[in-house]
Amino acid sequence: MRAYVIRRLLALIPTLFFASVIVFSTVRLIPGDIIDMMIAQNDIAADKTSREQLEQALGLDQPMYIQYFRWMGGILLRGDFGSSLWQEQSVIGEIMERLPTTFQLGTMALLVALVVAIPVGVWSAIRQDTWGDYLGRSFSILMLAVPSFWLGTIVMVFPAIWWGISPEVKFVPFWQDPVGNMLQLSLPALILGTSLSAISMRMTRTMMLEVLRQDYVRTAWAKGMGERTVVVRHALRNALIPVVTLIGLQAPILIGGTVIMEQIFVIPGMGLMLLEAVSRRDYPIITGVFLIVGVAVVLINLLVDLSYGLLDPKVRYR
Amino acid sequence: MSATAAPAETSAAPSPRGPMASFFIRLVRDKPLGAIGAVIFLLFLICGVFADVLAPYGINQISPVNRLKPPSARFWLGTDHLGRDMLSRILYGAQLSVIIGFAAATLATIISVVIGIVTGYLGGKVDLIVQRVVDAWMSFPELIILIVVVSVLGPGMIQVIFVLGLTFGIGGSRIIRGAVVSVREQMYVHSAQSMGASTPRILLQHILPNVLPPIIVLFTTRVGAVILVESGLSFLGFGVPPPAPTWGGMLSGTGRTYMYMAPWLALAPGLCLTLVVYGINVLGDAMRDLLDPRMRGSR
Repeated sequence: MRAYVIRRLLALIPTLFFASVIVFSTVRLIPGDIIDMMIAQNDIAADKTSREQLEQALGLDQPMYIQYFRWMGGILLRGDFGSSLWQEQSVIGEIMERLPTTFQLGTMALLVALVVAIPVGVWSAIRQDTWGDYLGRSFSILMLAVPSFWLGTIVMVFPAIWWGISPEVKFVPFWQDPVGNMLQLSLPALILGTSLSAISMRMTRTMMLEVLRQDYVRTAWAKGMGERTVVVRHALRNALIPVVTLIGLQAPILIGGTVIMEQIFVIPGMGLMLLEAVSRRDYPIITGVFLIVGVAVVLINLLVDLSYGLLDPKVRYR
Repeated sequence: MSATAAPAETSAAPSPRGPMASFFIRLVRDKPLGAIGAVIFLLFLICGVFADVLAPYGINQISPVNRLKPPSARFWLGTDHLGRDMLSRILYGAQLSVIIGFAAATLATIISVVIGIVTGYLGGKVDLIVQRVVDAWMSFPELIILIVVVSVLGPGMIQVIFVLGLTFGIGGSRIIRGAVVSVREQMYVHSAQSMGASTPRILLQHILPNVLPPIIVLFTTRVGAVILVESGLSFLGFGVPPPAPTWGGMLSGTGRTYMYMAPWLALAPGLCLTLVVYGINVLGDAMRDLLDPRMRGSR
């Protein structure tokens, strides 16, 4: 097990390296001059008025590869992502302040997705081709098409028109009022979670159908075991592995979704931070959030890989 | 599998009706939901292509007297806060979605096919390195890549098409690569190799035609995915800038404050988006089942 973890961690190095190159080159290499854009839009802080000062603040006065190594070196050696062009705050400090909220929203959405997807997917499979199955499948194929930002808009607009209810705009931090905070995040998590559940539901159904035809399931039936035991103990556990893999693959979609939900419901997470930074063209923050998101997705996929061992005793790490 | 359907399966034998016609006959007979999707897709295309003819009013024709009018015989979908006809804007929005969807999906498919065929066929070190880059690329959400790129390039249709094409192209290369790897070991490829056929010739004459079904399915589903992500980007205010009537843009910005007085503003663009993406998804599913049995049940 330990050898497997170490090998898996080593395999992360090239992926993380390429990810950092992508982040670096997206902001610095594409044609279109950041500085021109900042000056043209008057998007500059008072103390960094001239072109040279801006270039120095962004570290653009050095050759490209030196810029990359300085940037990477700062991150790896000192955990230094640079500092915001506007506020006297380090990028990493700001991210660490915002990250927990996004993480909480994402986790809640994921829980909603699983709570919806797995039971409905299992039900659809064991009652294949009944009206319940059709209903579940129609729902999932519909949820794949509904944009979450539209669902969010509808949920904001119509209760306000009909009953005069609108969600609290002022954000309640978790440590101030845990219950109020959970309630506030539950609506965006519900919307994001149901959108996300569609793919997992289809996957759960497909895998359950496959597993239910296996010999060991027939044996379990033949032994006279109850439906519950056969379905949950024998079938579901084996069907879950591809579903868990899918959760890792959906991590980018989930994080993209939190950006939209944070915007609609004014939740001060990392997504809103990115949008604010983009509107002020605060490149150190943009680069920092971009990189953190990529690293987060890579780590989620690592956790997913490692979790196979817990789900499936057949998987032995060598 | 009936006898009439067989010619479409083996592309070598010419079908009496032509491959397209026999595909549509199978679609309607075996996959009614997919056929409905095809109809939705077709209607969407017609709306987009003929928006200039179909729209009763101009794209940005402002009429202050008719501000925030509910749906009526004169304005089928009502008007917005500037008195612009919503139906006309929805139709022009379809035009933008058709252009962006097709342009970005075409670019994405070309990129996927080039990366997928070259790495899948050649294998080895090139494949290994390219796959790590694809891994890294796929760990960034499309929406976030788009937001970052737009922050450097400024908003605009060309940027959106280019970035969506590139992003979906790199992600989709996995699917094509998988198909190529399974074709690579077929007997006809080995015999072409032993006859001394050049690599480009094998790729174009033997590999490409045999991975065509997943390419067609990939293209179709990509059109829907592009439309969905583009609408999210426009919703956040980073897509094609207003007053261009993108469906996502109509749900955001200043329009949002008026939705509480005029809820029809919130309904039409979202319903259109949902309907079109739903149509493309069910069509894509049906095509996958009919054209490419290996991909059945996967996404």
